[in-house]
Amino acid sequence: MKQILSILSLVLFFSLGSFAQGYQVGDKAADFKLLNVDGKMVSMADYPDAKGFIVIFTCNHCPYSIAYEDRKIALAKKFAPLGYPVIAINPNDSTLVEADSYSNMQIRAKEKGFPYPYLLDADQSVFKRFGATRTPHVYLLNKEAGDLVVRYIGAIDNNYEDANAATEKYVESAVANLMAGKQPDPAFTKAIGCTIKVKK
Amino acid sequence: MKKLLLLLFFAFTATGLLAQKQSVPVMNFESFQPLLHQQNDTVYVINFWATWCIPCVKELPDFEQLNTKYKNKKFKMRLVSLDFKSALQSRLMPFIEKNQLKAEVILLHAPDANAWIDLVDPSWSGAIPATVIYQGDKRIFREGSYTYEELESIVKPLIK
Repeated sequence: MKQILSILSLVLFFSLGSFAQGYQVGDKAADFKLLNVDGKMVSMADYPDAKGFIVIFTCNHCPYSIAYEDRKIALAKKFAPLGYPVIAINPNDSTLVEADSYSNMQIRAKEKGFPYPYLLDADQSVFKRFGATRTPHVYLLNKEAGDLVVRYIGAIDNNYEDANAATEKYVESAVANLMAGKQPDPAFTKAIGCTIKVKK
Repeated sequence: MKKLLLLLFFAFTATGLLAQKQSVPVMNFESFQPLLHQQNDTVYVINFWATWCIPCVKELPDFEQLNTKYKNKKFKMRLVSLDFKSALQSRLMPFIEKNQLKAEVILLHAPDANAWIDLVDPSWSGAIPATVIYQGDKRIFREGSYTYEELESIVKPLIK
Protein backbone atom coordinates (compact mmCIF):
# COMPACT_ATOMS: atom_id res chain seq x y z
CA MET A 1 0.00 0.00 0.00
CA LYS A 2 2.81 2.33 0.96
CA GLN A 3 4.52 1.53 -2.32
CA ILE A 4 1.40 2.31 -4.29
CA LEU A 5 1.06 5.59 -2.47
CA SER A 6 4.64 6.58 -3.14
CA ILE A 7 4.30 5.61 -6.79
CA LEU A 8 1.08 7.58 -6.98
CA SER A 9 2.72 10.63 -5.41
CA LEU A 10 5.64 10.30 -7.81
CA VAL A 11 3.27 10.14 -10.77
CA LEU A 12 1.41 13.14 -9.42
CA PHE A 13 4.67 15.01 -8.87
CA PHE A 14 5.87 14.40 -12.40
CA SER A 15 2.56 15.18 -14.04
CA LEU A 16 2.36 18.45 -12.12
CA GLY A 17 5.96 19.15 -13.04
CA SER A 18 5.37 18.64 -16.73
CA PHE A 19 2.21 20.72 -16.56
CA ALA A 20 4.13 23.62 -15.08
CA GLN A 21 6.82 23.39 -17.71
CA GLY A 22 4.59 22.88 -20.74
CA TYR A 23 5.72 21.20 -23.92
CA GLN A 24 9.27 20.11 -24.55
CA VAL A 25 10.70 19.38 -27.98
CA GLY A 26 9.43 15.93 -28.94
CA ASP A 27 6.10 16.22 -27.08
CA LYS A 28 2.76 15.85 -28.83
CA ALA A 29 0.72 19.05 -28.90
CA ALA A 30 -3.04 19.04 -28.36
CA ASP A 31 -5.31 21.04 -30.64
CA PHE A 32 -7.10 24.21 -29.47
CA LYS A 33 -10.21 26.08 -30.51
CA LEU A 34 -9.87 29.84 -30.14
CA LEU A 35 -11.62 32.97 -31.36
CA ASN A 36 -10.01 34.66 -34.38
CA VAL A 37 -10.13 38.40 -35.10
CA ASP A 38 -12.69 37.68 -37.85
CA GLY A 39 -15.16 36.36 -35.26
CA LYS A 40 -14.73 32.69 -36.22
CA MET A 41 -13.32 29.89 -34.13
CA VAL A 42 -10.04 28.37 -35.37
CA SER A 43 -8.48 24.95 -34.66
CA MET A 44 -5.49 23.24 -36.18
CA ALA A 45 -7.94 20.55 -37.31
CA ASP A 46 -9.32 23.16 -39.75
CA TYR A 47 -6.13 22.68 -41.81
CA PRO A 48 -6.27 19.03 -42.96
CA ASP A 49 -3.60 19.62 -45.62
CA ALA A 50 -1.08 21.29 -43.32
CA LYS A 51 2.22 19.50 -42.73
CA GLY A 52 2.65 21.40 -39.51
CA PHE A 53 2.16 24.80 -37.86
CA ILE A 54 4.22 27.77 -36.77
CA VAL A 55 2.38 28.68 -33.55
CA ILE A 56 3.48 32.09 -32.25
CA PHE A 57 2.40 33.45 -28.87
CA THR A 58 2.42 37.20 -29.43
CA CYS A 59 0.46 40.33 -28.63
CA ASN A 60 -0.18 43.96 -29.53
CA HIS A 61 1.66 45.91 -26.84
CA CYS A 62 5.01 44.19 -26.46
CA PRO A 63 7.83 46.01 -28.31
CA TYR A 64 9.53 42.69 -29.09
CA SER A 65 6.32 41.37 -30.64
CA ILE A 66 5.97 44.60 -32.61
CA ALA A 67 9.61 44.46 -33.73
CA TYR A 68 8.92 40.97 -35.09
CA GLU A 69 5.59 41.77 -36.75
CA ASP A 70 6.91 42.11 -40.30
CA ARG A 71 9.01 38.98 -39.82
CA LYS A 72 5.92 37.02 -38.69
CA ILE A 73 4.09 38.20 -41.82
CA ALA A 74 7.04 37.16 -43.97
CA LEU A 75 7.11 33.70 -42.35
CA ALA A 76 3.39 33.25 -43.03
CA LYS A 77 3.71 34.30 -46.66
CA LYS A 78 6.68 32.03 -47.24
CA PHE A 79 5.62 28.91 -45.36
CA ALA A 80 1.81 28.73 -45.54
CA PRO A 81 1.99 27.76 -49.24
CA LEU A 82 4.60 25.14 -48.31
CA GLY A 83 2.26 23.53 -45.75
CA TYR A 84 3.38 25.28 -42.55
CA PRO A 85 0.91 28.10 -41.81
CA VAL A 86 1.47 30.63 -39.02
CA ILE A 87 -1.09 30.77 -36.21
CA ALA A 88 -0.68 33.73 -33.83
CA ILE A 89 -2.16 33.55 -30.33
CA ASN A 90 -2.49 36.45 -27.89
CA PRO A 91 -2.21 34.99 -24.37
CA ASN A 92 -2.49 38.22 -22.36
CA ASP A 93 -5.32 39.18 -20.03
CA SER A 94 -6.70 42.42 -21.44
CA THR A 95 -7.94 43.62 -18.07
CA LEU A 96 -4.22 43.96 -17.28
CA VAL A 97 -3.16 45.33 -20.67
CA GLU A 98 -5.91 47.16 -22.52
CA ALA A 99 -3.81 47.29 -25.70
CA ASP A 100 -4.16 43.51 -25.94
CA SER A 101 -7.97 43.44 -25.88
CA TYR A 102 -9.90 41.57 -28.56
CA SER A 103 -11.07 44.79 -30.25
CA ASN A 104 -7.50 46.13 -30.29
CA MET A 105 -6.34 42.83 -31.78
CA GLN A 106 -8.91 43.32 -34.55
CA ILE A 107 -7.65 46.86 -35.19
CA ARG A 108 -4.01 45.75 -35.31
CA ALA A 109 -4.77 42.80 -37.61
CA LYS A 110 -6.55 45.14 -40.00
CA GLU A 111 -3.85 47.82 -39.94
CA LYS A 112 -1.07 45.34 -40.68
CA GLY A 113 -3.13 43.00 -42.88
CA PHE A 114 -2.03 39.89 -40.97
CA PRO A 115 -2.07 37.01 -43.47
CA TYR A 116 -2.60 34.57 -40.57
CA PRO A 117 -5.23 34.01 -37.89
CA TYR A 118 -4.70 36.06 -34.74
CA LEU A 119 -6.44 34.21 -31.92
CA LEU A 120 -7.35 35.16 -28.37
CA ASP A 121 -6.45 32.70 -25.61
CA ALA A 122 -9.38 34.03 -23.60
CA ASP A 123 -9.16 31.68 -20.61
CA GLN A 124 -5.32 31.58 -20.82
CA SER A 125 -5.33 27.77 -20.88
CA VAL A 126 -3.58 27.28 -24.22
CA PHE A 127 -0.39 29.22 -23.46
CA LYS A 128 -0.16 27.39 -20.12
CA ARG A 129 -0.50 24.01 -21.83
CA PHE A 130 2.22 24.94 -24.30
CA GLY A 131 4.38 26.43 -21.55
CA ALA A 132 4.93 29.79 -23.25
CA THR A 133 6.51 32.32 -20.89
CA ARG A 134 6.89 35.42 -23.03
CA THR A 135 5.90 37.15 -26.24
CA PRO A 136 6.95 36.43 -28.89
CA HIS A 137 7.45 32.70 -28.25
CA VAL A 138 7.38 30.22 -31.15
CA TYR A 139 6.34 26.55 -31.12
CA LEU A 140 6.96 24.77 -34.41
CA LEU A 141 4.72 21.72 -34.78
CA ASN A 142 5.19 18.93 -37.30
CA LYS A 143 2.49 16.48 -38.34
CA GLU A 144 3.85 12.96 -37.84
CA ALA A 145 1.59 9.90 -38.19
CA GLY A 146 -1.46 12.00 -37.35
CA ASP A 147 0.13 13.63 -34.30
CA LEU A 148 1.36 17.22 -33.99
CA VAL A 149 4.85 16.93 -32.57
CA VAL A 150 6.73 19.92 -31.14
CA ARG A 151 9.98 20.18 -33.10
CA TYR A 152 11.29 23.64 -32.24
CA ILE A 153 10.68 26.06 -29.36
CA GLY A 154 12.09 29.56 -29.10
CA ALA A 155 12.89 32.74 -30.96
CA ILE A 156 12.25 33.66 -34.60
CA ASP A 157 15.86 34.70 -35.19
CA ASN A 158 18.88 35.95 -33.27
CA ASN A 159 18.41 39.71 -33.51
CA TYR A 160 15.22 41.19 -32.07
CA GLU A 161 16.24 44.74 -32.86
CA ASP A 162 17.27 44.49 -36.49
CA ALA A 163 15.99 41.80 -38.86
CA ASN A 164 18.77 42.55 -41.34
CA ALA A 165 21.43 41.96 -38.70
CA ALA A 166 20.09 38.51 -37.78
CA THR A 167 22.65 35.86 -38.64
CA GLU A 168 20.54 32.86 -37.49
CA LYS A 169 16.98 32.54 -38.76
CA TYR A 170 15.94 29.82 -36.34
CA VAL A 171 12.32 29.27 -37.46
CA GLU A 172 13.08 29.43 -41.18
CA SER A 173 15.88 26.92 -40.95
CA ALA A 174 13.85 24.72 -38.58
CA VAL A 175 10.99 24.48 -41.11
CA ALA A 176 13.46 23.92 -43.94
CA ASN A 177 14.99 21.06 -41.97
CA LEU A 178 11.57 19.48 -41.32
CA MET A 179 10.73 19.71 -45.01
CA ALA A 180 14.02 17.96 -45.78
CA GLY A 181 13.18 15.21 -43.28
CA LYS A 182 15.76 16.44 -40.74
CA GLN A 183 15.43 17.65 -37.17
CA PRO A 184 15.79 21.39 -36.45
CA ASP A 185 19.17 22.39 -35.06
CA PRO A 186 19.01 24.18 -32.69
CA ALA A 187 15.65 22.80 -31.57
CA PHE A 188 15.44 25.20 -28.61
CA THR A 189 16.49 28.82 -28.17
CA LYS A 190 15.86 31.53 -25.59
CA ALA A 191 14.96 35.15 -26.15
CA ILE A 192 14.21 38.31 -24.21
CA GLY A 193 10.50 39.02 -24.26
CA CYS A 194 7.54 40.45 -22.40
CA THR A 195 6.11 38.33 -19.61
CA ILE A 196 2.65 36.96 -20.33
CA LYS A 197 0.15 38.97 -18.32
CA VAL A 198 -1.87 36.63 -16.11
CA LYS A 199 -4.75 37.67 -13.91
CA LYS A 200 -3.91 36.86 -10.30
CA MET B 1 26.27 93.30 -4.73
CA LYS B 2 28.73 90.67 -3.67
CA LYS B 3 25.97 88.91 -1.78
CA LEU B 4 23.72 89.00 -4.82
CA LEU B 5 26.45 87.53 -6.98
CA LEU B 6 27.07 84.84 -4.41
CA LEU B 7 23.37 84.06 -4.28
CA LEU B 8 23.18 83.91 -8.05
CA PHE B 9 26.23 81.65 -8.08
CA PHE B 10 24.57 79.27 -5.62
CA ALA B 11 21.32 79.38 -7.49
CA PHE B 12 23.06 78.38 -10.72
CA THR B 13 25.06 75.63 -9.04
CA ALA B 14 21.92 74.26 -7.45
CA THR B 15 20.03 74.22 -10.75
CA GLY B 16 23.10 72.67 -12.34
CA LEU B 17 23.07 69.87 -9.79
CA LEU B 18 19.35 69.31 -10.14
CA ALA B 19 19.58 69.19 -13.90
CA GLN B 20 22.55 66.84 -13.81
CA LYS B 21 21.51 63.82 -15.78
CA GLN B 22 22.51 60.28 -15.15
CA SER B 23 24.70 59.09 -18.01
CA VAL B 24 23.78 55.64 -19.30
CA PRO B 25 26.59 53.46 -20.61
CA VAL B 26 25.71 51.17 -23.53
CA MET B 27 27.34 47.77 -23.04
CA ASN B 28 27.49 44.57 -25.04
CA PHE B 29 27.28 41.29 -23.15
CA GLU B 30 31.03 40.75 -23.18
CA SER B 31 31.69 44.01 -21.36
CA PHE B 32 28.70 43.51 -19.06
CA GLN B 33 29.38 39.92 -18.00
CA PRO B 34 32.11 40.68 -15.40
CA LEU B 35 29.53 42.75 -13.50
CA LEU B 36 27.70 39.48 -12.76
CA HIS B 37 30.74 37.98 -11.05
CA GLN B 38 32.50 40.56 -8.91
CA GLN B 39 34.31 38.72 -6.14
CA ASN B 40 34.36 40.99 -3.09
CA ASP B 41 32.25 41.67 0.01
CA THR B 42 29.71 43.94 -1.73
CA VAL B 43 26.11 42.80 -2.29
CA TYR B 44 25.13 43.30 -5.94
CA VAL B 45 21.53 43.65 -7.09
CA ILE B 46 21.20 43.40 -10.87
CA ASN B 47 17.74 43.94 -12.25
CA PHE B 48 16.89 43.34 -15.92
CA TRP B 49 14.07 45.63 -17.03
CA ALA B 50 12.83 47.90 -19.83
CA THR B 51 10.76 51.08 -19.96
CA TRP B 52 7.99 49.28 -21.87
CA CYS B 53 7.80 46.34 -19.45
CA ILE B 54 4.79 46.96 -17.21
CA PRO B 55 5.69 44.71 -14.26
CA CYS B 56 9.28 46.01 -14.40
CA VAL B 57 8.22 49.62 -14.17
CA LYS B 58 5.86 48.71 -11.35
CA GLU B 59 8.60 47.24 -9.17
CA LEU B 60 11.20 49.97 -9.87
CA PRO B 61 10.15 52.19 -6.92
CA ASP B 62 10.86 49.23 -4.59
CA PHE B 63 14.32 48.85 -6.08
CA GLU B 64 14.92 52.59 -5.74
CA GLN B 65 13.80 52.47 -2.12
CA LEU B 66 16.19 49.59 -1.44
CA ASN B 67 19.02 51.45 -3.14
CA THR B 68 18.37 54.59 -1.12
CA LYS B 69 18.45 52.62 2.10
CA TYR B 70 21.58 50.57 1.41
CA LYS B 71 23.69 52.61 -1.02
CA ASN B 72 26.05 53.75 1.74
CA LYS B 73 26.69 50.16 2.81
CA LYS B 74 28.62 47.52 0.88
CA PHE B 75 25.85 47.43 -1.70
CA LYS B 76 25.59 48.18 -5.40
CA MET B 77 22.49 48.23 -7.55
CA ARG B 78 22.50 48.12 -11.34
CA LEU B 79 19.34 48.54 -13.36
CA VAL B 80 20.09 46.83 -16.66
CA SER B 81 17.77 48.17 -19.34
CA LEU B 82 16.95 45.96 -22.31
CA ASP B 83 15.37 48.83 -24.21
CA PHE B 84 16.34 49.04 -27.86
CA LYS B 85 19.54 51.00 -28.41
CA SER B 86 17.64 53.21 -30.83
CA ALA B 87 15.35 54.23 -27.93
CA LEU B 88 18.17 55.43 -25.65
CA GLN B 89 17.59 59.14 -26.21
CA SER B 90 13.94 59.06 -27.18
CA ARG B 91 12.66 56.80 -24.40
CA LEU B 92 15.15 55.63 -21.79
CA MET B 93 16.73 58.99 -20.88
CA PRO B 94 13.37 60.79 -20.55
CA PHE B 95 12.08 57.89 -18.44
CA ILE B 96 15.04 58.09 -16.05
CA GLU B 97 14.56 61.81 -15.70
CA LYS B 98 10.81 61.66 -15.24
CA ASN B 99 11.03 58.95 -12.61
CA GLN B 100 14.12 60.45 -10.95
CA LEU B 101 15.97 57.14 -10.97
CA LYS B 102 19.03 57.32 -8.73
CA ALA B 103 20.32 53.76 -9.06
CA GLU B 104 22.83 53.20 -11.83
CA VAL B 105 21.28 52.39 -15.22
CA ILE B 106 23.05 50.46 -17.97
CA LEU B 107 21.68 49.80 -21.44
CA LEU B 108 22.56 46.24 -22.41
CA HIS B 109 22.68 46.12 -26.18
CA ALA B 110 22.89 42.39 -26.89
CA PRO B 111 20.18 41.39 -29.38
CA ASP B 112 21.52 37.82 -29.76
CA ALA B 113 19.84 36.93 -26.48
CA ASN B 114 20.03 33.16 -26.93
CA ALA B 115 23.81 33.48 -26.70
CA TRP B 116 23.80 35.03 -23.22
CA ILE B 117 20.54 34.34 -21.29
CA ASP B 118 21.94 31.05 -19.92
CA LEU B 119 25.09 32.87 -18.80
CA VAL B 120 22.99 35.07 -16.51
CA ASP B 121 21.12 32.05 -15.16
CA PRO B 122 20.27 28.71 -16.82
CA SER B 123 16.75 28.79 -15.35
CA TRP B 124 15.90 32.12 -17.03
CA SER B 125 13.49 31.84 -19.98
CA GLY B 126 14.22 35.41 -21.07
CA ALA B 127 11.05 37.06 -19.75
CA ILE B 128 11.54 40.24 -17.74
CA PRO B 129 11.68 41.42 -15.01
CA ALA B 130 14.48 39.18 -13.82
CA THR B 131 16.90 39.86 -10.98
CA VAL B 132 20.25 38.51 -9.83
CA ILE B 133 21.26 39.22 -6.22
CA TYR B 134 24.74 38.04 -5.26
CA GLN B 135 27.55 38.48 -2.80
CA GLY B 136 30.66 36.43 -3.47
CA ASP B 137 29.42 32.92 -4.21
CA LYS B 138 25.96 33.40 -2.71
CA ARG B 139 23.57 33.91 -5.56
CA ILE B 140 19.79 34.25 -5.90
CA PHE B 141 18.05 34.51 -9.28
CA ARG B 142 14.39 35.19 -9.93
CA GLU B 143 12.38 35.53 -13.14
CA GLY B 144 9.43 37.69 -12.09
CA SER B 145 8.67 40.58 -9.76
CA TYR B 146 9.80 41.33 -6.23
CA THR B 147 8.13 43.27 -3.45
CA TYR B 148 10.21 45.60 -1.29
CA GLU B 149 9.87 43.25 1.69
CA GLU B 150 11.12 40.29 -0.35
CA LEU B 151 14.09 42.26 -1.64
CA GLU B 152 15.08 43.47 1.78
CA SER B 153 14.72 40.02 3.33
CA ILE B 154 17.29 38.73 0.83
CA VAL B 155 19.65 41.69 0.87
CA LYS B 156 19.77 42.47 4.59
CA PRO B 157 21.36 39.19 5.74
CA LEU B 158 23.98 39.44 2.98
CA ILE B 159 25.20 42.93 3.90
CA LYS B 160 28.57 42.93 5.64
